[in-house]
Amino acid sequence: MRDTRYARIMVLKTEPFILNIGPVHPSTHGVFRMRTTLDGEVVVDVEPVFGYLHRGIEKLAEERTYTGVIPLTDRLDYVASMSNNLAYCLAVEKLAGISVPERAEYLRVILAELQRIASHLIAVGAFLNDCGAFFTPFLYMFREREKIVDLFEMVSGQRLLYNYMRIGGFNQDVPDEFLPALDKLLAQMPRFIEEYERLLKENEILLARAKGVGILPKEVAINISASGPVLRASGVKWDIRKKDPYSIYDRFDFDIPTGEVGDCYDRYRVRVEEMRQSLRIINQARRQLPAGEVKSEVPHLVRPPAGEAYAHIEAPKGELGFHLVSDNSIAPYRCHIRAPSLLNLTALRDMAIGWKVADLIIIFGSIDIVMGEIDR
Amino acid sequence: MTVALSGKEIATKIEERFPGSVVKSSPDSLVVKSEFLLDVATFLKTTPDLDFDYLTAITAIDYYDRFEVVYQLTSIKHNHSLMVKTHCYGRDNLSLPSVVGLWRGADFQEREIYDLMGISFDGHPNMKRIVLWEGFEGHPLRKDYGT
Repeated sequence: MRDTRYARIMVLKTEPFILNIGPVHPSTHGVFRMRTTLDGEVVVDVEPVFGYLHRGIEKLAEERTYTGVIPLTDRLDYVASMSNNLAYCLAVEKLAGISVPERAEYLRVILAELQRIASHLIAVGAFLNDCGAFFTPFLYMFREREKIVDLFEMVSGQRLLYNYMRIGGFNQDVPDEFLPALDKLLAQMPRFIEEYERLLKENEILLARAKGVGILPKEVAINISASGPVLRASGVKWDIRKKDPYSIYDRFDFDIPTGEVGDCYDRYRVRVEEMRQSLRIINQARRQLPAGEVKSEVPHLVRPPAGEAYAHIEAPKGELGFHLVSDNSIAPYRCHIRAPSLLNLTALRDMAIGWKVADLIIIFGSIDIVMGEIDR
Repeated sequence: MTVALSGKEIATKIEERFPGSVVKSSPDSLVVKSEFLLDVATFLKTTPDLDFDYLTAITAIDYYDRFEVVYQLTSIKHNHSLMVKTHCYGRDNLSLPSVVGLWRGADFQEREIYDLMGISFDGHPNMKRIVLWEGFEGHPLRKDYGT
């Protein structure tokens, strides 16, 4: 005989409900909102909502001199200001045909790679935080990031928004104490990375939470214009430092780490491996660092010929590009910023659907976004 | 090194396939008529020796008499790139075909152009403002905004 109790349960209906995660929430890494549609605990749909940090940087850039835009670029990806400075300066140099002295090129590479390590430390630390390892790994990562920030403070006087690079090089050479401090860091750093690896690589909780979660297939990663560690974790060997070398990256020997399946764990692994590769590059650049000028002869007010230029770099988060249009005045006519975080965020919906809310948080954490860059 | 393909050479190939679609071409870039944009984009993506599988960036520039929308295309397979442009004339009710169907990376970028430049994209699944709020008046990246 049919059990009527179960029959009654079966006619109970459930309906999807909408949950706003953010705008202010510890796991959204800034002022960001995920409008999620849930079926019980399972994510059915997720729509990223942003713009809370929109300052109109592209518009502000049109009212400043070419050099005056550099402090604005600091405020894009504010945990990787050096890389932003570099991408912008390269674009102006391309547009105006300005060359950069050898010493400045080497220093740029050293600083950009240090910045990559500092940014990846935050990315990895925050990712583990999202996994539930509450602030312990984060503090480990910050211990080393602090040393890099100290180096940046030495050269620029700033700890977050460096505003150090200039069109044609740097505003001043690095101080005498910089290179000994750099050597000390280079000697220590591999041991620290080993330490994270010992703690985390085979960590059962990390494996359980991140392996196989939030898979981004290779074809989708390319189609949604993902870049940086997100693209490489999906198995695409694409790194602008190798594929379209800018500055003097073609002189260094390094590998491009890639993932196999494109899950959260691969994205984490790629970042850790990239830190090692960055150390390799810094070591080579440090050994070859020549003496000499750090700035070429550049007029006080740069006035590039009318035209346009697109320059891109491999920033810690992916391809950061500046599309500049000049009308031969002292300010850019148009300054478009191709922000890696914004485009990587397109992948969130693909990766998160079908997973639970707790997984959504770590999938989102594994993309590594910075709101300053998304909202601009 | 990513090879920047010559706009002139690609323009000849496109002209063969879609006569009258190219407005002008230069070594750096080529300009296509907006009504041919989707055809040309499909052609560039699917032709075997071109294979533009990666849309690097879309941007729009306001030149007062026209809007120029720039597509930076890259082929990950062959490591080459191309800059394709199209023009939009007038100031009101502007629209272009959306390329989201080809490259989903265009999703947020087209919304951003709609939000800040006021060019809407037909066929985009979610054409609404992205960084400014619904009901905001005007499009701030236009050169005549606030004057």
